[in-house]
Amino acid sequence: MKKTFTKFAAVAMACMMVFAMTACGGGSSDSGSSEGGDNVLKLGGIGPTTGPAALYGNAVKNGAQLAVDEINAANPDGLQLSWDMQDDEHDPEKSVNAYNKLVDDGMQILIGSVTSTPGAAVAAEADANRTFALTPSASAPDVTEGHDNVFQLCFSDPNQGIASAQYVKENFKDAKVGVIYNNSDNYSSGIFNKFKAEYGGDIEETTFTTDSATNFDAQLTTLKNANVDLVFLPIYYTEASLILDAAKKMDYAPKFFGCDGMDGILDIEGFDTSLAEGLMLLTPYTPYSEDEKSKAFTEAYQAAYNETPIQFAADAYDCVYTIYDAFGKTGLDASASMDEICEAMIGVFTGDFTASGVTAETMKWNANGEVEKTPKVCEIKDGKYVEK
Amino acid sequence: MADRILKSINTRGLKNAVRGSEYKKEALISYGILIGGYILLQLGAMTGLIGRNLQGQFVPICVYVSLAISLNLVVGISGELSLGHAGFMAVGAFTGAVVVRVLENGIGFAPLRLLIALLISAAMAALAGLIIGLPILGLRGDYLAIVTLAFGEIIKNFMNVIYFALDENGHLKFAFNHEIEGISNAGRVLTGPIGATGVTKIATFTYAAILTAFTLFVVLNIKNSKQGRAIMAIRDNRIAGESIGLNVKKYKLMAFVVSASLAGMAGCMFGQNFSTLAPAKFNFNTSVLILVFVVLGGIGNIWGGMIAAALLTILPEALRQFSDYRMLAYSIVLIGVMIATYNPTIKSRISAFWNKVNPFKNKDKDKGKKPKKTGKEAA
Amino acid sequence: MNLLNSLISGLSLGSVYAIIALGYTMVYGISKMLNFAHGDVIMVGGYISFIMSMYVGMNGWLALLVAMGACTVLGIVIERLAYRPLRGTGSLAVLITAIGVSYFLQNMALLIWGANPRVFPSILKGKGPYRFAGGELIISAESILTIVAIVVIMVVLTMFVNKTKAGKAMRAVSEDNGAAQLMGINVNQSISLTFAIGSALAAVAGVLMCSAYPVLMPTTGAMPGIKAFTAAVFGGIGSIPGAMIGGLILGVIEIFAKSYISTELSDAIVFACLIIVLLVRPTGLLGKKISEKV
Repeated sequence: MKKTFTKFAAVAMACMMVFAMTACGGGSSDSGSSEGGDNVLKLGGIGPTTGPAALYGNAVKNGAQLAVDEINAANPDGLQLSWDMQDDEHDPEKSVNAYNKLVDDGMQILIGSVTSTPGAAVAAEADANRTFALTPSASAPDVTEGHDNVFQLCFSDPNQGIASAQYVKENFKDAKVGVIYNNSDNYSSGIFNKFKAEYGGDIEETTFTTDSATNFDAQLTTLKNANVDLVFLPIYYTEASLILDAAKKMDYAPKFFGCDGMDGILDIEGFDTSLAEGLMLLTPYTPYSEDEKSKAFTEAYQAAYNETPIQFAADAYDCVYTIYDAFGKTGLDASASMDEICEAMIGVFTGDFTASGVTAETMKWNANGEVEKTPKVCEIKDGKYVEK
Repeated sequence: MADRILKSINTRGLKNAVRGSEYKKEALISYGILIGGYILLQLGAMTGLIGRNLQGQFVPICVYVSLAISLNLVVGISGELSLGHAGFMAVGAFTGAVVVRVLENGIGFAPLRLLIALLISAAMAALAGLIIGLPILGLRGDYLAIVTLAFGEIIKNFMNVIYFALDENGHLKFAFNHEIEGISNAGRVLTGPIGATGVTKIATFTYAAILTAFTLFVVLNIKNSKQGRAIMAIRDNRIAGESIGLNVKKYKLMAFVVSASLAGMAGCMFGQNFSTLAPAKFNFNTSVLILVFVVLGGIGNIWGGMIAAALLTILPEALRQFSDYRMLAYSIVLIGVMIATYNPTIKSRISAFWNKVNPFKNKDKDKGKKPKKTGKEAA
Repeated sequence: MNLLNSLISGLSLGSVYAIIALGYTMVYGISKMLNFAHGDVIMVGGYISFIMSMYVGMNGWLALLVAMGACTVLGIVIERLAYRPLRGTGSLAVLITAIGVSYFLQNMALLIWGANPRVFPSILKGKGPYRFAGGELIISAESILTIVAIVVIMVVLTMFVNKTKAGKAMRAVSEDNGAAQLMGINVNQSISLTFAIGSALAAVAGVLMCSAYPVLMPTTGAMPGIKAFTAAVFGGIGSIPGAMIGGLILGVIEIFAKSYISTELSDAIVFACLIIVLLVRPTGLLGKKISEKV
């Protein structure tokens, strides 16, 4: 009986194998034919479009798609862009697989990865294989460090931590500072460590892990008992909305101060915006900016996807335009190979190239791959961002 | 004495193991799959028939195959459900990452560094296996499963608060729950939740395949040894095993510890294949994935688990053409294959079909006949 | 007073775990399978209730009823399509299928409702928090509701299982499947009923959990599912009062570990407690001792 069973397993497996092989074969054969097609520059993207971090990957996917469509429509006879976003489930292993898949399919420039830990793994691959990469949102220093071909469009985590600490020190001199950060997240602990070093003073620290991000009563009680009146939240808005809700339920109303991950909190469907009243955040982009470009982007995004863009979408949108502009400066055409493009783009980015976009009026890159742009500090008043 | 009685116990698993030819057949198929697969993939890569995407998965495939083999020792041969295999993998992966970094300046020859790291990883994972196995192996069935699950979560949680770094003199520093001060980014070895960073990849397909062969060698030998027969006897009938004087706990512990150390080695190889490695990778889902390989391949069937591991590693990549529906398709395939391989009715239908199309059926006469009858009935 | 505050938030979290654990424990009791898709049924319940109250404009309680109905149907369908074909083939095969179902539900939810989180409108919107002892002790309305809910559900379930015919049939099936069949009990029906009740409870758990901790995402059910599974084992899997006690204790340990020991290691502490309990009582707090027949 057992023996026959293994046979069936083998049959089932064989079917799957045939299926898998044909699928692989299909993928690699069409990459051969379409490489360097008629003036189409192939952009590849990597990010989590499934799993717990899916909202970031999907925002990038949509933001970049919007920019690609705009560019293609604006100039149908000129350089065209194609955009292929591959899922990495927020896992370095899958991220490297996605990268390899994109290379197989003839990608010429990489936008990604979206998240930091997978981003570091992909950056090493892209470096060895000479792919130019501009990441919209992988903000950890590990992503760019030691890789001359990887650039960030978002603030790096250390810079955000330092900028936040400076702002808090200047504007809240007498405040007792506390923090709730995600101990199992690269972004969150990256910002916090630099914040702590720069702030210098006494900080009441509490943490949580992604797995225990449901109940924040314990952390808030600790902060409340320590008479903390400014809580620094270097975390994403999903958890922040839970913290604000829990704080209200226990009658605790300190000043909350967040980073760019906080953007989006006002637009969670069903969120009671009065909870976020007085929340401050350091962010390069807000969907409510009066800036012409930002407004146009927000409107176009809402029209296309029926939701308000978060910062990740704006970063991705800027990535596409920045790459388009920079590529124009290289003097290459779309038939150039991946490594030719890589070297030429590095030259442009480390030169005096500046870009302008939704997330900043001017962006400039240093040789480390970090972007230089000015953050804005916003405060939420009456359910709207007010710039400070 | 115990040995003689063991041989006389007429159970399915024992019969297979005791009969030398069965063992030889299993070993032949298992090694055959490994060597054949290695040659096929290597040729495909050299001739350029296999793209980067599949080439990049060579090492992970070997690692997952090794993990499936080692978990089979616990789930299939020892008959205990373990839901924390990724925990041992994590112990090995992070031990390996630290060892390789420390040896980087001392030993220039990468394969030697990898070998030392593998051995230390195996030792550490075995130690973890011993610590967890010693108290818990008295538990039964699902209770043991939940403890292994808990253990896996504890390991992951601890990895989040462990910091290792090399200072400018090359000395290893350790801190618990906070960043080590005065360390440059390049000196970081393990950084809590960020995990191992700046790993110089030294794993290759060949090393990984050798590791898989080693794992296979160990597990097949255990299965065919006196101890292995004892373990299987206990699995099939614990009381009978006890009654003939087998030390149940000792044998179960042995299988558990060997399995853990092999998983540690696989984890070490896995860690050396990526430039970064975060603790979050070794979560419950990864443990379950390895278990899926074992169950799908047929519990206790070593080569079945190998094939299942390889195919299920490739499957999510092969499904990329479904784009947004990829993981949905994956889950449907998983459910479908499980039902197709385990449901009695569907099984007999497939059996009938298999016997119609099986070109080798004449070789094994009496086995060919029986299912044929059911085939007619079904038709 | 802090101690009391922590205790209450622990009990509130524990009640949520307990309601989820009840679903695990009932299904395990009758079919000896670990239904890992249970956590994701909770998520589906949360989404359905969300849609009913936000888009259809239903009252929160009515939305809860609709979600219970929908989850009941979902539970029965899952059992019929994915688990029944594998009945009697060993618990491992069904375990893996359950994991497949869990992936399926998560990814289906991702496709239908998207990845963006939603904030769940609390079923007790606008009520509480209540202050006692001069404002020192603060209890949210949701905490009270979850704690009351678990007690009520526990009592009703125990009565159902012990007093009604269908409940007795369920117990008979869980004791001895074959003998129950010989006594004329419809085993399939009993198992379907168990899944139906378990899934309806999952919808309740979803609504209560999202009322207390109001973020709803396709992966919302996954981690509470695992914790609740732990709770069920803690209390002795298969035992209904055990699931409640296990859930409550687990919630209290988690909050106390976070408040007084370490927020980083709270998960490790919870799981370590589980291991210790199982070492002392190998079948959980209220689990039946397994006796081996020779």
